[in-house]
Amino acid sequence: MPSQLPLADGIPPPSPLQRERERYHQRQTVRSVLVAALSTAVVGTLLLLAITGAPGWDRVRESFLDPDVARESLPRILDGLWLNLRLLVVCAASALVLGLLIAFLRTLRGPMFFPVRALATSYTYAFRGVPLIIVIYLMALGVPGLRLQGTPGVLVLGGAAIVLTYSSYLAEVFRAGIESVHPSQRAAARSLGLSYRQTMRFVILPQAVRRVSPPLLNDLVAMQKDVGLISLAGPIDAVRAAEIAVGNTYNFTPYVVAGALFIALAIPLVAVTDWVTLRAARRQSAEGAA
Amino acid sequence: MAAPTADSASPADSTDPTNPADPTRPVLDCRGVWKTFGKGRDRTPVLRGIDLAVHEHEVVVLIGASGSGKSTLLRCVNLLERVDDGTIHLDGDDITDPRVNADAVRQRIGIVFQAFNLFPHLTVLDNITLAPRRVHRRARAEAEQAALDLLDRVGLAGKAREYPDRLSGGQQQRAAIVRALVNSPRLMLFDEVTSALDPELVGEVLALVSDLKGDGMTMVIATHEMGFARRVADRVCFLDRGVILEQGRPEQVLDNPAEPRTRQFLQRLLDTEPA
Ligand SMILES: Nc1ncnc2c1ncn2[C@@H]1O[C@H](COP(=O)(O)OP(=O)(O)OP(=O)(O)O)[C@@H](O)[C@H]1O
Ligand SMILES: [Mg+2]
Repeated sequence: MPSQLPLADGIPPPSPLQRERERYHQRQTVRSVLVAALSTAVVGTLLLLAITGAPGWDRVRESFLDPDVARESLPRILDGLWLNLRLLVVCAASALVLGLLIAFLRTLRGPMFFPVRALATSYTYAFRGVPLIIVIYLMALGVPGLRLQGTPGVLVLGGAAIVLTYSSYLAEVFRAGIESVHPSQRAAARSLGLSYRQTMRFVILPQAVRRVSPPLLNDLVAMQKDVGLISLAGPIDAVRAAEIAVGNTYNFTPYVVAGALFIALAIPLVAVTDWVTLRAARRQSAEGAA
Repeated sequence: MAAPTADSASPADSTDPTNPADPTRPVLDCRGVWKTFGKGRDRTPVLRGIDLAVHEHEVVVLIGASGSGKSTLLRCVNLLERVDDGTIHLDGDDITDPRVNADAVRQRIGIVFQAFNLFPHLTVLDNITLAPRRVHRRARAEAEQAALDLLDRVGLAGKAREYPDRLSGGQQQRAAIVRALVNSPRLMLFDEVTSALDPELVGEVLALVSDLKGDGMTMVIATHEMGFARRVADRVCFLDRGVILEQGRPEQVLDNPAEPRTRQFLQRLLDTEPA
């Protein structure tokens, strides 16, 4: 971009009109910042007053915002969160790979691939329909019930449940991306002698993934909190650790602690998502202008 | 190749398109090509028995009204569309045989589209070297050198590392032509390669196509640019509703058309063309 703006030399000094305009815009900017700050302060104060002035506020503060309980439960919950984080990374990677594979299988043409296609399609229908909690219960409680040799632990089974559910969502996102690439791109690639697979791999998929990276990341944000549902299967993650602490102290503060930690975990992911979305939007408008 | 079949679909002439000993055997030989789109009642014929032979070093220009089937014919030759009836031979190979390896055939034919169709996620250089590297398994350095040589020839050496959206339309189209050329095709197809360009960018692309004619490239060109057709064509074919109604030397077809419909088409072009 900067290379296209080598204007410095040829620009005449600003005229009085231009300077007056710039001053006006500056004044407007200062004004809007002030207005925003003031209205935020007013709204914040009102909210605070409304909450702390509520008749039950003191009891709520005691049972949800007790600093001592928070300090005491924090290490255990952090330990649990570390499990959530590792689980998130593994599940996200597996779900992305599996989702992409399923999306690819759904695009295969030809009668030979009919069963594969049908299977992939029913997979996305089934797992997008079933609540994640049920999948977790079925995996974590049902599979060990089969008493098969080498059944993995509940952590792996619960993780598998998350991967199964999320890969079906991600597969649909990928598929939408694949279908959004204009057919002329496929024609151009095939006309160069690229095979169907090479066309997919080098031409269609890279463009599709770029286009759908915002919704993909959005699903990963959703996943980062849903990994907390693994606690239903038994492993001691942040949610389960908070639950145990609540049971011991008869105080709900650990839930608030866990909630705050989940938000902290989400912030970087959400920020990346927003950034990628913004970039994608810019690129799209650049493409449109070209 | 399959054994030569009885030449039933050939009203053009009775020579055997697969005979390698025949010195006049064309590079491209379309015989009785039919193509319909749609199903049932909506079925509309777009190509209705096209006979067209293109010999080595020959430049054939297709003209005709919008919808007459020029693009469809080019796409059939490149196997982007499947023909219904008739045969197309490329250097004696029947490429309409359903058992033929379409990818291998397409490697022998270069096509350039109206909308460039460069890959937006790849640089110009990567656009051009994609097929040499992935299809022909050339080493990266070798493929890039070949690409850079060609880019230099068309005046785009400085743009090799740019993404397509940073190039002007004319530059993009020249890059697309290089992308097709780098595979050393036997035959080049051009489908209205200047229609999407601003008038001042048309010239640079047409000059490049003229250069290719100088190199002896065998080409089939669909275009609305009659001046260009006149300059570059060895033969002009007028397509009308899916048949080649008239063909011959450019001055003959363009200045002295025998068919009333050809005359009508050219007249309409003259009327709409800005003075
Ligand atoms: N995939 C398709 N499905 C259905 N109809 C099609 C398809 N492709 C082309 N057609 C139809 O075939 C006819 C011929 O189209 P074609 O693009 O070959 O014309 P053309 O001579 O290239 O026209 P133009 O000068 O506008 O490019 C048109 O009526 C078009 O609507
Ligand atoms: Mg066309």
